[in-house]
Amino acid sequence: KHIKSLKTRNLKESMKKGGCGECKTSCTVGNQSCKA
Amino acid sequence: MIHQFKQNGYDIVLDVNSGSVHVVDDIAYDAIALYNDKIIEHHISEEEALPSIKSEIRSRYSDVSDDDFDELIGEIKELRNDGQLFTEDIYEKFVRDFKNRITVTKALCLNVAHDCNLACRYCFAGQGEYQGDRALMSYETGKAALDFLIEHSGKRRNLEVDFFGGEPLMNWEVVKKLVAYGRSQEKEKNKNFRFTITTNGLLLNDEIIDFCNKEMTNVVLSIDGRREVNDRMRPTRNGNGSSYDIILPKYKDFAKKRGDREYYLRGTFTHYNLDFAEDVLHLADMGFKELSMEPVVALPSDPYAIKEEDVPVLIEQYDKLAKEYVKRRKDGRGFTFFHFMIDLSGGPCVAKRLAGCGSGTEYLAVTPWGDLYPCHQFVGEEKFVLGNVWDGITNTEVQEGFKHQNVYEKPKCRDCFARYYCSGGCAANSYKFHGTIDDAYDIGCELQRKRIECAIMIKAALDEDADEAEEAEQA
Repeated sequence: KHIKSLKTRNLKESMKKGGCGECKTSCTVGNQSCKA
Repeated sequence: MIHQFKQNGYDIVLDVNSGSVHVVDDIAYDAIALYNDKIIEHHISEEEALPSIKSEIRSRYSDVSDDDFDELIGEIKELRNDGQLFTEDIYEKFVRDFKNRITVTKALCLNVAHDCNLACRYCFAGQGEYQGDRALMSYETGKAALDFLIEHSGKRRNLEVDFFGGEPLMNWEVVKKLVAYGRSQEKEKNKNFRFTITTNGLLLNDEIIDFCNKEMTNVVLSIDGRREVNDRMRPTRNGNGSSYDIILPKYKDFAKKRGDREYYLRGTFTHYNLDFAEDVLHLADMGFKELSMEPVVALPSDPYAIKEEDVPVLIEQYDKLAKEYVKRRKDGRGFTFFHFMIDLSGGPCVAKRLAGCGSGTEYLAVTPWGDLYPCHQFVGEEKFVLGNVWDGITNTEVQEGFKHQNVYEKPKCRDCFARYYCSGGCAANSYKFHGTIDDAYDIGCELQRKRIECAIMIKAALDEDADEAEEAEQA
């Protein structure tokens, strides 16, 4: 009723599947997209 | 750790360590703040804290019943149990592994021209020459750079190469030959080159536009917005005529021919145009859809530098721009603003957020003479020369300094809600202001935090719009 959660990638979960290194370099990390 | 903010009618709670974003009502906004203060920060037990939170909430919102309050606390506790609210920072212990990670080179910035046909007053490259001699990169040096990238990229298939300067179109024949050479190597070496170019637009013509549309994954076209703003900081070399008048028709032609492929009109704002939102909207009103307008990074001694007292004005401008951004999106007249883009559902993993931009390891800049630097902003700073394209990286000590960079190395980042979105900020800006790559540029941090808030608010607003459309469809 009071709280609506947006769809987000859980950072803790990303530790299990992340780190593949396929991402591009950035100059931003914040607006970058992952394989996600 | 949570971060709460209100913007454009939205109450937003960011759970920093999980990346969760919650859009809440006023009652929940206050209750979450009280819960965080008493139970999370001051470790008061729920049994003791909840009655005082309830009392405080009811003093502010008289129509909240016991059932309402219990329901709200239930929502908060459910999110906490699900790891979406008040989550702990568990990433620091992985930094040791992170420092020992194996990196490959993913991208090169090829400074094909240390020369320029404009005389921009704020140029970090000192009007193209990078505080050195004018020079154009030879085909042989560029070819050696591409060979270096292929050799040092491991099994990675996609390789980024940005033609940069100075003004890269002043060395156009070499650019074309290097693209052809890269393409000739793709099949045999199992690589895919993604070429990009950053230009001031003066030399754009039909042949160059057609080539870019065929070969360049992205093209960045420099312009600062309104005519008088642009021409004040981006004068021609001889001081005659308006660079705005020369480039604008070319950019319109380019954007029309570019179609759906990526491009950016990219500008710099300074102390002279603190109302930079007007410059963004000026470009949007002319039909350009992909826009970026970025604060100049200059020392306080420069008259055009952004000063600490300018920051509140700039914050207001970002607010204004974000509001208009949402309005135009909903009206079907939307545009893209580089710093308002954020991917909440498919963004980078923690490993990437810790590693940051990749300068000095995954990303390198190459001078016309083949010297390697950590990034384009360090070119000309002799102590940062990492090696060259023939001998590879020889200055491993400097490279290690870049490899070890992460948000836990910077005291300013420890309590900052934005740390997983900016990854500690720009090493070159830190060096410019503090003489070390391990600090952060304070004004840049303040503006970055605001931009992230704007980006999240925009997501909330557009998400609400999508929900309303879905409900209307179901009705």
